[in-house]
Amino acid sequence: MAPFLLKRLLHGLGVLWVVATLTFALLRLLPGGPFDRERRLPPEVMANIEAKYHLNEPFFAQYARYIRGVAAGDLGPSYKYTDRTVADIVRDTLPPSVLLGVLALSLALAVALPLGVAAAAWHDRWIDRACTTVATLGISLPNFTLGALLIWIFSLKLGWLQAARWGAPGSAILPAITLGAMPCAQLTYLLRSSLLETLGEDFIRTARAKGVRESLVLFKHALRNSLIPVLTLLGPLFAILVAGSFVVEYVFAIPGMGRFFITAVTDRDYPLVMGVTLVYTAILVCANLTVDVLYSAVDPRVRTG
Amino acid sequence: MAKPMRPRWRSPAFLVSLAFILFVMTVGFLAPAISPYAPGGLEESRMLESPGAAHWFGTDELGRDLFTRILYGARVSLTVGIGTALVALVVGTLYGLLSGYAGGAVDNLLMRIVDIFYGLPDLLIFVLLSLFLGRNIAGVLIALGFISWVRFARVARGQVLQAKELVYVEGARSIGASHLRVLLRHILPNIFAPLLVTLTFSIPAAILAESTLSFIGLGINDPYSNWGTSWGTLAQDGWRAMRSYPHIIFFPAMAIFFTILSFNFLGSGLRDILDPKTRR
Repeated sequence: MAPFLLKRLLHGLGVLWVVATLTFALLRLLPGGPFDRERRLPPEVMANIEAKYHLNEPFFAQYARYIRGVAAGDLGPSYKYTDRTVADIVRDTLPPSVLLGVLALSLALAVALPLGVAAAAWHDRWIDRACTTVATLGISLPNFTLGALLIWIFSLKLGWLQAARWGAPGSAILPAITLGAMPCAQLTYLLRSSLLETLGEDFIRTARAKGVRESLVLFKHALRNSLIPVLTLLGPLFAILVAGSFVVEYVFAIPGMGRFFITAVTDRDYPLVMGVTLVYTAILVCANLTVDVLYSAVDPRVRTG
Repeated sequence: MAKPMRPRWRSPAFLVSLAFILFVMTVGFLAPAISPYAPGGLEESRMLESPGAAHWFGTDELGRDLFTRILYGARVSLTVGIGTALVALVVGTLYGLLSGYAGGAVDNLLMRIVDIFYGLPDLLIFVLLSLFLGRNIAGVLIALGFISWVRFARVARGQVLQAKELVYVEGARSIGASHLRVLLRHILPNIFAPLLVTLTFSIPAAILAESTLSFIGLGINDPYSNWGTSWGTLAQDGWRAMRSYPHIIFFPAMAIFFTILSFNFLGSGLRDILDPKTRR
């Protein structure tokens, strides 16, 4: 178990390093700098700015400085918000994003598990058809469309919930539904097909032949074995949640990291773009590590193989 | 238990979706001929009209006919969707073929790279790349292709791993066919079906990504939009006016939704037709 985890941890650190290097190189190679304005700044002012942010140093010196800083938890200064560092901004904007992501994922799991099981248990009946149709609709509905629809119904027409007022009671409900819908639909699909496959296997027939109750066959024999592919999907699901959070935070005006990322891109605030990219990558690496641990706990073949 | 099955291509969802996609393609292609107004035609006297006989989908805050703009927008969505999927198909398939066929250390290394791409959020990669490639249709197409090629690489590799153990590959090799010939003439045609299904599912994914990016203002940014404005940009225009004029966001949002939905139904229909093993 320990060597397996160590290997995965090293792999995760490797991914972080690759992403840090790629983003650094990509952003340094960009034409046009963050301080280009319509009217050119006097050369001596430009020189001062470049000296302050070490932009006049050679490429590899800047790179080494950046990586050393990241290793020590320093993500550099923000070009746009001159009184705050990137680490400050991340500290302020991460909590709303994490809260939103956790709520959305819990919601998705809570809805997808019963739906997936019901669809497989009543395969090819109306429940199955209804579940798969709803799941297809969910996969096809863009986040921003669903968000706008929910705001229109529940905020503008019914007046039940306020939109765009993060922190007010109930303000997390609509964003969590919007963000959770897509993962929920995918989980339902996956669980259904995974369960159907397991239900066709020999040991299920054996269990039924022994006279085990159908509910026991479904929940004890089949479901446990069908959850492994679902665990595998959790890693990619985190990536989907992160991508979705850009849009959902934009639509619902949530002061989270995704919204800051989008504005940082339009502002050409490169250290902020790099910092947020790295934080996202770190979150995903941690999520995948957790999935690996769960996976090897559930399925002993993973540890040895 | 087993009732007589009708041929799978006759499933209503599959046929309706196919018809809808062909319809959208046609109106996008013929937009200049069939649209009732000019795409950039501003008319101050007709600002923010509700849907009616003169303007089926109403007009926006500059008096532009929304029906016309949606017809033209079909070109952008479909070009980006299909173009991206084709780019990804070619790049990803070649990569996956190579990786799976080579095996060993090469395969290991190539798949590590795929894993990194696969694990990162697609919009994150896209936004970083689009800083570099610019926000025109070609740049968006390449950046989106960069996101979706990994799927084809994974599918192609998995298929090659199975196919290269089969007897016909050994047979081809033993009569002196080169590796390249075996890959392209013998293996590729045999693994085409799963790639086609992946292609069909990649198109809606690309349309979704493109419209989402346009909605948050990071998509195609082309002020000379006589060729067409993305449905995502139209939805963004409507989003800002949603409180008072919900029709402006309603129609582009529905266009996006039904197009993506049709491609998804088409994909699952194709999978059922091409792979008789999957049960419905």
